[in-house]
Amino acid sequence: MALPFKPRYCCDTPRARTSAILAYTLRRTLILIVSLFVAAVVLFVLLRLLPGDPANALLGVGATPQQIEAARAQVGSDQPLHVQFGTFIGNLARLDLGTSFVSRASVLEEIGNRMSVTLPLTALGFLIAITLAVPLGMLSAIRADRWYGAAISVISQLGIAIPVFWVGILLVTLFAINLRWLPSGGFPLRGWSNFGEAAIGMVLPALTIGLVMGASLLRYVRAATLDVLGSDYLRTARALGAGFTEALVRHGLRNGAVPVISILGIELATTFLGAVVIERVFSLPGLGSMLLLAIQQRDYPNVQGVLFVSTLLVLIIGFAADLAQRLIDPRLRGRTRVEA
Amino acid sequence: MTSRPLLFVAALLAGASFSAIALGQGFNPDASIRIGSLYEPQNLDNTAGAGQGINEAFNGNVYEALFQLTDAGTVEPRLVESYEASEDGLTYTFKLKEGVTFHSGDPLTAADVKYSIERVTAEASKSSRKRSLSTIAGIETPDDQTVVITLSARSISLPYNLSYVWIVNDAAGDITSAEDGTGPYTLAEWRRGSALALSRFDGYWGEAPSNGEVIYTYFTDATALNNALLTNAIDIITSVQSPDSLAQFSGNPSYTVTEGASTTKELLAYNDRVAPFDNVKVRKALARATDKARLLNSIWGDYGTLIGSFVPPTDPWYVDLTGVDAYDVESAKALLAEAGYPDGFTFTLDTPDYDPHPIVAQFLQTEYAKIGVTVNINIITANEWYTKIYQERNFEATLQEHVNHRDIVFYGNPDFYWGYNNPDVVKLIADAEAAGSEAEQFEKLTEANKIIAEDAASNWLYLYPQIVVSAANVTGYPVNGLNSQFFAYDIEKAQ
Repeated sequence: MALPFKPRYCCDTPRARTSAILAYTLRRTLILIVSLFVAAVVLFVLLRLLPGDPANALLGVGATPQQIEAARAQVGSDQPLHVQFGTFIGNLARLDLGTSFVSRASVLEEIGNRMSVTLPLTALGFLIAITLAVPLGMLSAIRADRWYGAAISVISQLGIAIPVFWVGILLVTLFAINLRWLPSGGFPLRGWSNFGEAAIGMVLPALTIGLVMGASLLRYVRAATLDVLGSDYLRTARALGAGFTEALVRHGLRNGAVPVISILGIELATTFLGAVVIERVFSLPGLGSMLLLAIQQRDYPNVQGVLFVSTLLVLIIGFAADLAQRLIDPRLRGRTRVEA
Repeated sequence: MTSRPLLFVAALLAGASFSAIALGQGFNPDASIRIGSLYEPQNLDNTAGAGQGINEAFNGNVYEALFQLTDAGTVEPRLVESYEASEDGLTYTFKLKEGVTFHSGDPLTAADVKYSIERVTAEASKSSRKRSLSTIAGIETPDDQTVVITLSARSISLPYNLSYVWIVNDAAGDITSAEDGTGPYTLAEWRRGSALALSRFDGYWGEAPSNGEVIYTYFTDATALNNALLTNAIDIITSVQSPDSLAQFSGNPSYTVTEGASTTKELLAYNDRVAPFDNVKVRKALARATDKARLLNSIWGDYGTLIGSFVPPTDPWYVDLTGVDAYDVESAKALLAEAGYPDGFTFTLDTPDYDPHPIVAQFLQTEYAKIGVTVNINIITANEWYTKIYQERNFEATLQEHVNHRDIVFYGNPDFYWGYNNPDVVKLIADAEAAGSEAEQFEKLTEANKIIAEDAASNWLYLYPQIVVSAANVTGYPVNGLNSQFFAYDIEKAQ
């Protein structure tokens, strides 16, 4: 049954609600753009602060001074910094991320290729994490007094304590080397056009991410559920005759979801960037391994490109999380302040 | 009655196919050979900074040269039918093999050879071999099958140096992401960060490969590479870089572990221009204070080789010089005192941040403390190494691995990063290059080799092992991997 009264918040009519959300989206987009520009400047400066000339990526032992000069001219490191910066920002504005110093391949195209590994991997890992964390987290809160509630809580603590690469190695040892059920790593040469092989190759790495991310997520779900269970509105709803499950689903889920979504956003962004470790353990040609290699080789266009695109993604994830919270919780809509 | 001859024919056919199997088709001629490696090429052009991985995948497989450095270390004609040198050694005339075509279908001509050599010697080329071809003064192509190279000075290593020059179709254009060679394989597919596939070229002029395709899969993590072999995702590991992992393969009948001859030398290179390393006694003292056998054992166990100079046993001018400055702490101390450093000294060791250098640096720090020498370890990236040490020579001592075959010639260049300058060695190395015969070249380089050892020009710590591990049903792969080559065409996989 529904509550006999309706709480009133700022944007109560559908029209007011829409315009409040639109205004918020607009403000938030502006902030996104400014953040992106600041990130680009910071990126450029940080990369140029590192010692060593990027032209070295092209040279080997035995290079002559003429070869060194030619390489510097090729990569543009003989230009003054402000000229390099102007070129950099100009190209970004046109979405031209340049070509790699080392492979001479288009950076954007290469990022696209790598994304076809990293995005499904992160998404699948995330899905596994939510599937594990939400029901188990709620269960461990609701049944905190039972042995299994406590057990779930303890196991999740363990999951947080174990480093992600170790979980990966354990899973490989068990499922790939001992049981021979799944491949120990790698991605098919022809990518997703070889769907079955590509999908099977994703199972262990996604499971690794899912388990580790799920463990920390579970704790937040548990805490949020405990909060809801102790809240006045739940007690009120029950006092008005709602069953426990009904009260929890109708009122508890929405309220509990708000803090969990913040955490989800952060976790997703961390996983996306943290996939580099997983990609290494499982030899996946993802964005992380591209970044790592590019850093080792001082391949500036690749480093800049990957960092820029991942910054963009992290900002978008944050944006989506904020928007989702406002859609769920009308109380937040009226706020003028924006948390970036 | 009609069925009888048919039966007879059938029996004959069956017998024939049985014997064909029994007679040696023990391997699958269309097999896919899956090779695991840690060295992914960065692009597909060996003159554009692609790294050693491109030699591993392409040398002899996709591209061929006029000559080929074989896995045994000899130099043999490949695309050359015959060649002769003039009396004064300044003109070489090469006759090309007939009937050779590129993968695109174009025939191989002298113009392609001229184009290919000039690609390496060009201003913009980043080939590390550019300097060794600098004596080439002109290339003439009197007809489609003849190439005449004139030299500004005699160069006995010309055939050897030409073994690095890929013969590329002069119509090919940019080859950083495509290829057009004459080798037994064509590039089928390349996925950056993951794998590169070669498939058999049916129009190949020579003997067809013993397999149908070769897939190089690239790993960044040595454990992941080993796991791939353990789970049958690959057939061969070209070069094992983690000694600890060998235990799971050696002694297991499912795998074959082979130790070949490597050319990769780990060395402590001093800056011989600066004090105290300009003093030969100091250099000899440090050489004698290094227990190289213990160092090698702690890193590689029973694998690897001790060397007394820069020359590995596969170079023709090798002699065993490990006894020149053998491990002897007391005589090291005495030499230091004679050199004017009775209480030792302090120096900074620029150490690349990747394996095994940091471990070697710590080992040396402990060793040299015993003779009063303090080592400050300064960890740097490969990139910094290149700028600070190779270009600016701004260092006291450094660690580096040198991978090339026949690279003693670096000691004949006083301008090289380590600044070793002995006029006798410079002359011997120049004379060796201008020698009239191989015997004379070998003799002069052997002499130079002995002198650099006596001078302790650098501290040559050990020769890396070259270890190939394969599944037991795979044979015919190269074991020495000289200059990182890995010829795939003789690899056979059992049915």
